[in-house]
Amino acid sequence: MDERVVAEMLKYMGPESSFGNPASRSHSFGWEAEAAVEMARKQVADLVGANPKEIIFTSGATESDNLAIKGVAHFNQKRGKHIVTCKTEHKAVLDSCRQLEREGYEVTYLDPMQNGLIDLEVLKDALRDDTTLVSIMHVNNEIGVIQDIEAIGKICRERKIIFHVDAAQSAGKVAINLEQLPVDLMSFSAHKIYGPKGIGALYVQRKPRVRLEAQMHGGGHERGMRSGTLATHQIVGMGEAFRIAKEEMVAENERLLKLRNKLYDGVKDMEEVYVNGDIDHRIAGNINISFNYVEGESLLMALNDLAISSGSACTSASLEPSYVLRALGRNDELAHSSIRFTMGRYTTEEEIDLTIEHVRQAVEKLRELSPLWDMYKEGIDIASIEWAAH
Amino acid sequence: MAVYLDNNATTALDEKVLEAMLPYMGQVTGNPSSVHRFGRLQKDAIEQARESVAQLAGARAEQVIFTSGGTESNNLLLKGFSQHAVARTSTEQETSARIAISAIEHMSMLEPAQNLPIEVDLVPVDTNGCATLHAVEQVVTEQTSLMSVMSANNETGVIQNLSPLIAFAHERDCFFHTDASQAAGKIPLSFVESGVHAMTLSAHKLYGPAGIGALVIDKRLPISKLQFGGAQEKNLRAGTENVPAIVGFGKAAELALADLQENSLHVRALRDTLEKGLKRFNTVTIFAEKAERLPNTVQFGVDGFDGETLLMQLDKKAIAVSSGSACASGKAEPSHVLTAMQVPATLANSAVRVSLGKNNTMSDVEALLIALNDIIEINRHSAVMMAANV
Amino acid sequence: MAYGKKVLDHYENPRNVGSFENSDEIGTGMVGAPACGDVMKLQIKVGNDGVIEDAVFKTYGCGSAIASSSLLTEWVKGKTLDEAQAIKNTQIAEELALPPVKIHCSVLAEDAINAAIADYRQKNN
Repeated sequence: MDERVVAEMLKYMGPESSFGNPASRSHSFGWEAEAAVEMARKQVADLVGANPKEIIFTSGATESDNLAIKGVAHFNQKRGKHIVTCKTEHKAVLDSCRQLEREGYEVTYLDPMQNGLIDLEVLKDALRDDTTLVSIMHVNNEIGVIQDIEAIGKICRERKIIFHVDAAQSAGKVAINLEQLPVDLMSFSAHKIYGPKGIGALYVQRKPRVRLEAQMHGGGHERGMRSGTLATHQIVGMGEAFRIAKEEMVAENERLLKLRNKLYDGVKDMEEVYVNGDIDHRIAGNINISFNYVEGESLLMALNDLAISSGSACTSASLEPSYVLRALGRNDELAHSSIRFTMGRYTTEEEIDLTIEHVRQAVEKLRELSPLWDMYKEGIDIASIEWAAH
Repeated sequence: MAVYLDNNATTALDEKVLEAMLPYMGQVTGNPSSVHRFGRLQKDAIEQARESVAQLAGARAEQVIFTSGGTESNNLLLKGFSQHAVARTSTEQETSARIAISAIEHMSMLEPAQNLPIEVDLVPVDTNGCATLHAVEQVVTEQTSLMSVMSANNETGVIQNLSPLIAFAHERDCFFHTDASQAAGKIPLSFVESGVHAMTLSAHKLYGPAGIGALVIDKRLPISKLQFGGAQEKNLRAGTENVPAIVGFGKAAELALADLQENSLHVRALRDTLEKGLKRFNTVTIFAEKAERLPNTVQFGVDGFDGETLLMQLDKKAIAVSSGSACASGKAEPSHVLTAMQVPATLANSAVRVSLGKNNTMSDVEALLIALNDIIEINRHSAVMMAANV
Repeated sequence: MAYGKKVLDHYENPRNVGSFENSDEIGTGMVGAPACGDVMKLQIKVGNDGVIEDAVFKTYGCGSAIASSSLLTEWVKGKTLDEAQAIKNTQIAEELALPPVKIHCSVLAEDAINAAIADYRQKNN
């Protein structure tokens, strides 16, 4: 979390703070908390060009995705029970869709193109008269590619289909103007942009009004769409995180892009190195690379050492579940050999230098250990071997 | 600072709780190796908190499911149970399961109960605000498979006599849930010993942070999950764990249990003084006075007053109280709790709830009594004046 | 994922990495599949007395898979084929303190040595 965010949150934590329940209507403790919530609502709305009244606070992007997808599907079930999404979506979207399938809905899971982007023609072909909702993420959490949500939204508008966008990975990293974008619902998370965990939001467009079925009832908070006592300190933290992001995004993106290019330039001359996902339509702070014939988790072990030696976990590398890469059509070896590098507010150039050094060393060492690398060097086609799957 | 006497709406975060949360809110600095182990530490912290919450509830750690708060816990219980019951029933056969809940439950029980795929029966309360065994027997049918009666009411503070109701439920192989959001930290709880199958808890009612709660649940009680997108919380609640809030809840539970008797004696002494003072006003009626109540709560009506006006005037005198529950709708209907107790509407409309907390002092009580005296006296004078003018 | 000390040691300093030229005194076992994220190649050199004189490995897989195969090459040296075959995956898992999600790595190592022994026996029968 950003220290500035923590400082704002502390104003609403503890006996000397404005600790009231924002729903308390009969005293200043409640009003002060409510004012803080409304201020944060405006800060969240401002980053994405929305009206504050269109922002519903939730416990996180997972809840926002659940509320958007199941809420719209349930509300519109008389109109139709078909939903379109993509195979590379976040689990919160995919699992919500699977739940709807269990309830008797039909879901089309689009295959993205090899670069991770949605083929608009494929999307158009998937839409049906009974399609009520399209849910496509703005930025993929693993490969960082940015979908053309404006174009997708236009297609949905033409067919009067509600369009939900999971923007957990894009808010604060990509410019978003909901006043102009043809998007009906958008999920946000605070902790992905240096805000607190346990808080998120759902943008619900007012004109034309998007209606959905609440997932949680009891008290009618958040215009009836999400009941439950509002966690003032967390909401304030989210507001501050969004405010900072709005102020710093442009300069920060420039800095991150330089770091990312430096990292990629530092490893791309190695043999059998592949970038996963489109290199241009991608957020500045992400690059996902497959080091062929090196298993990802073993490489990650070497990079975790890096975190220790440099004293920072900010250049985080993590092993990715391969469903996203499989959806891109990557083969088994490449899918198991991928590493996601994310750079953020606290990543320094020195860390990038260290990362390059460690990656090169580790890849070389692990390839020495790899029977697949030997086979590749001997010119044996790994796909031609009959492996005994276990 | 104003006198805060609305501790049933929310409590100020305890400083020790805040202290426990802070390491999980800031950036990781200091000992670099802590970065590497931080993921592990967070998991340990969650499990430690789960143990503390379990101890407060008199339950086992593995029975504790963390949620975003009491509202979510109640929704998860009711919707999760009924969806599971419906899914179990074959499509041709209509599900016959029913749920019985008391008429004085919190809105986070009553509202979801109106949105269930199965039937719900309401158990009335007597004029003391108690759901008696007799009342339960009248309502429960052969089909009733889940009963829910809160441990203590948030408005009147009436403690329900659950033992005979739980025994009755056991006789009929019926599950029993209790919303202990208000009772926790104020009276002892014994999940396992009492024989309840599920219990709702909320952190911000016991000096913990808002935005975190728990559903304590016996694994014999089957529920479906409501929020999808991950296998967190024994696959009953998807979403990134809100670690600082969970840690805060754990610390708050630990303190609540350790200081239960001390806090209880403290607020009871204040409350008894307050009630003695209130009885000097012949226009004041204390609700459920004869019933066993939480030691911190008193709800009363003032004859001839409108509750809203009374609360406003108290707020002007820097005293923060409420009419009953902090609910978002801000509607001016008489409380459903008092209505269920057959309190006349005019008296119910004048309701003031005072809920004391561990931070309150005798001077707070005196300030309230002086303020009430002023308001009631002025009103009486103006009434006399008005009568004289006629 | 937290790794045990012994896994880290074998990962950082793997023992007996390498390959043997194929011949009658060599038994080779290659198990696993790229699709599953691990492939283990384990080779033994067997003397006339039926004792394993030397063993080498190459592994594509996670740290636990690398450690399991590295450890096993150390263990089988100087053992008869029967003795080597008697090594169970549970012994490997215990020695390396593998967490439950990594038990399959030790299973794979057991499969690898068994496959190498079978290969040797087939060649020499």
